[in-house]
Amino acid sequence: MKIDLTDTTASKINKALVQGRRAIGTPAVGMVLTMVIVTDEENAYDSIKAAEEASREHPSRTLVVIRRVARTPRDRTRSRLDAEVRVGSDAGTGETVVLRTYGEVSDHADSVVLPLLLPDAPVVVWWPVDAPNIPAKDSLGALAQRRITDMYAVEAPLVALQARVSSYAPGDTDLAWTRLTPWRSMLAAALDQARKKVVSAAVESEAENPSAELLARWLEARLEVPVERIVTAGPVVTAVRLGTESGEIVIDRPDGPLATLSLPGQPSRTLALKVRSTSELIAEELRRLDADEMYAVALRGDGTEENPRHA
Amino acid sequence: MSERETLLDGAAQDAHTAAEGSGDAAVEPGGMTAGSGDAARESGDATAESGDATADRGATAPDLDWSNPLRDPRDRRLPRIAGPSGLVIFGVTGDLSRKKLMPAVYDLANRGLLPPGFSLLGFARREWEDQDFAQVVHDSVREHARTEFREEVWQQLAEGMRFIPGDFDDDTAFKQLRADIDELDASRGTSGNYAFYLSVPPKFFPKVVQQLKKHGLADAPEGSWRRAVIEKPFGHDLASARELNAIVHEVFDPDQVFRIDHYLGKETVQNILALRFANQMYEPVWNRSYVDHVQITMAEDIGIGGRAGYYDGIGSARDVIQNHLLQLMALTAMEEPAAFDAESLLTEKLKVLKAVRLPENLGEHTVRGQYAASWQGGEKVRGYLQEDGIDPRSTTDTYAAVKLEVDNRRWAGVPFYLRTGKRLGRRVTEIAVVFQRAPHSPFDSTATEELGANAIVIRVQPDEGMTVRFGSKVPGTSMEIRDVTMDFAYGESFTESSPEAYERLILDVLLGDANLFPRHQEVEESWKILDPIEGYWDKHGKPAPYASGSWGPEEAHEMLARDGRSWRRP
Repeated sequence: MKIDLTDTTASKINKALVQGRRAIGTPAVGMVLTMVIVTDEENAYDSIKAAEEASREHPSRTLVVIRRVARTPRDRTRSRLDAEVRVGSDAGTGETVVLRTYGEVSDHADSVVLPLLLPDAPVVVWWPVDAPNIPAKDSLGALAQRRITDMYAVEAPLVALQARVSSYAPGDTDLAWTRLTPWRSMLAAALDQARKKVVSAAVESEAENPSAELLARWLEARLEVPVERIVTAGPVVTAVRLGTESGEIVIDRPDGPLATLSLPGQPSRTLALKVRSTSELIAEELRRLDADEMYAVALRGDGTEENPRHA
Repeated sequence: MSERETLLDGAAQDAHTAAEGSGDAAVEPGGMTAGSGDAARESGDATAESGDATADRGATAPDLDWSNPLRDPRDRRLPRIAGPSGLVIFGVTGDLSRKKLMPAVYDLANRGLLPPGFSLLGFARREWEDQDFAQVVHDSVREHARTEFREEVWQQLAEGMRFIPGDFDDDTAFKQLRADIDELDASRGTSGNYAFYLSVPPKFFPKVVQQLKKHGLADAPEGSWRRAVIEKPFGHDLASARELNAIVHEVFDPDQVFRIDHYLGKETVQNILALRFANQMYEPVWNRSYVDHVQITMAEDIGIGGRAGYYDGIGSARDVIQNHLLQLMALTAMEEPAAFDAESLLTEKLKVLKAVRLPENLGEHTVRGQYAASWQGGEKVRGYLQEDGIDPRSTTDTYAAVKLEVDNRRWAGVPFYLRTGKRLGRRVTEIAVVFQRAPHSPFDSTATEELGANAIVIRVQPDEGMTVRFGSKVPGTSMEIRDVTMDFAYGESFTESSPEAYERLILDVLLGDANLFPRHQEVEESWKILDPIEGYWDKHGKPAPYASGSWGPEEAHEMLARDGRSWRRP
């Protein structure tokens, strides 16, 4: 069911949540986290949809913070909070509250969000677009254990990447990194099989692809070899080559979900490497809520954090 | 269990027909020798043939210090992927294989948990080509897989599928298996790592493992592994279990034999350990000072169906109590293991099983029953003795309840009631730890009239989860206390991620992680518990009839009433 509240406050929203739950006869059980989505009206629909799909794996309370920009100067000065409370079948497996802020309250969205967080449960903030420069210092970001940004959704990804490097705090993560997991796991599996020292490496991708850059940095840090970046027509990452003394390990995905894996001395074989949907990415993000140290290593890319096993 | 067993039965019939008419090979030693001579030559050829492959691998392989720089314990996004390996399924046309194993393999591949070169080999008596086999796997995956069907995953998997037609007596077939394995090592990089899944009835185990030995398939090349996976029943008493173990261990190292008890692959069962040993709030009360008794129930609502041949003479106690229920009991009662590894778990489980004491009067504290014709859930069903293929004088038990005690400091005096049965009220498996009543109540007796004992119930299936039952005040002006429950459901908190039991177990076999597999010592110890009970039943009386759709015979209720307790209605 849906309850619309205009010109409201956090405590009225809390009351509406309880009321909604009573009305459909289910108590609030089993929700494992609070997900805060900070977005604009344009991206709200897709993000809520992705979050609701992800909530099938991670039942959660979703708080969507949408900042509204008023057209007239008179409205701009007036501060107002509207909310839409969805429980039951309208909200995946959890509860969703869409908050629309007008005027001054937009700068104090954290004061609305704080009372609506689930007790004790972890908090995740996701900016589908327009992430703040320093996520951990943002007023909403500071409430969260985990802050999800997306370098795909910016004008200049590689500039954004550099900004992420300098602003990194434990708990930061980026969907550009999440998208790499299948690639990374296949590369690790290929190396398990080849069992050879890698002496050179190359990542092929479309231009300005932040995932490719992260992948290259990760390989640099882990393999301690320089990684060549080769620009191709795309889409996204098209191939990774790891040179060994006896030949190249190549995962090649020119297009589509089917990649080819070649190992030295063995015939090539096909691999499934699908480009995953946003909801799958979010679901993966929510699986672990502690700091992702590997992301930090990949961001810096210099291997300053030594791996004892490798050293 | 029932489901699984129905499946295995399919395999049984299949394998049975497969074995018919091929018995002569065994009585022709001359032929056999000639055959094995061939095998020797053949394996010589195979070595020569795979020479290049070995040379190729030789440069790299046995570097045991090698660690993959792309792996790091901190990198927890990277899943546990099985290393290069292949799976050989014997009895691949059986129901178990089609409904559980093949879909589980696909789901693993779809989750990206199988290595790129993973290969699946099927062995059965069918005149199939590799493509026909792939088609069968395709159909069963389409029908039974839990994850969505994706063409690219399928292609990756289908490239590594091979089918070997033949009987278990057929040397040519095993030679072909060997050749296929060598070919796959070279073409798919499976590195000689193979698991042999014996999805066949136990009477074929000796044949299959001997053939594997004869053709050198059980010996792992340097730096690789060969594992055997077997399904229950692990014998029908202590002697037969030992015999079976001896047969398998003669060929495979005991550490490389994985016994599947699919219950142990279930999330809830693994969660028993997390619940007990990762939390602080349960362990202090998990002992004789607070626990009154424990009830472990596994009930099915179906009858024996068309499996008279398998079931008659075995009965529910051998079928369920010996393996599933005693394992659940061991996990519930055991002490904290030193580490979460196979050896420590085995040590603790064995300690509990060895401490189990049977009641002195087996007649009073064990009950067996047989379902009788009645109405169940709106359907008229036949009794056990009226089922097709059952001797009307059969004394096979379809219901069994036993009282066991664990003689150690933690559990002395706390009875464990184990029960299982077919055609009971509904399908449910659960462990109920029932606590003692509060020693003193400040409320008068009318206030607590409706209050039962506190309980923690672990629901293994269906609707996996946990329930805590305790007393709470009924809203209103008078003081009245009544039982309420607090519920944790797996379906709610971690909906989609929990994999199917077979998925987990197959992955563990490929990873060599034996935590969730009972070892032969446990199997033998369990038979030591059950054998005296079966012996007593053989000599005394006959199973008590109970109406289908009820919760067992009257005698079972009397058995608990004698102790001043009653069965939970699950």
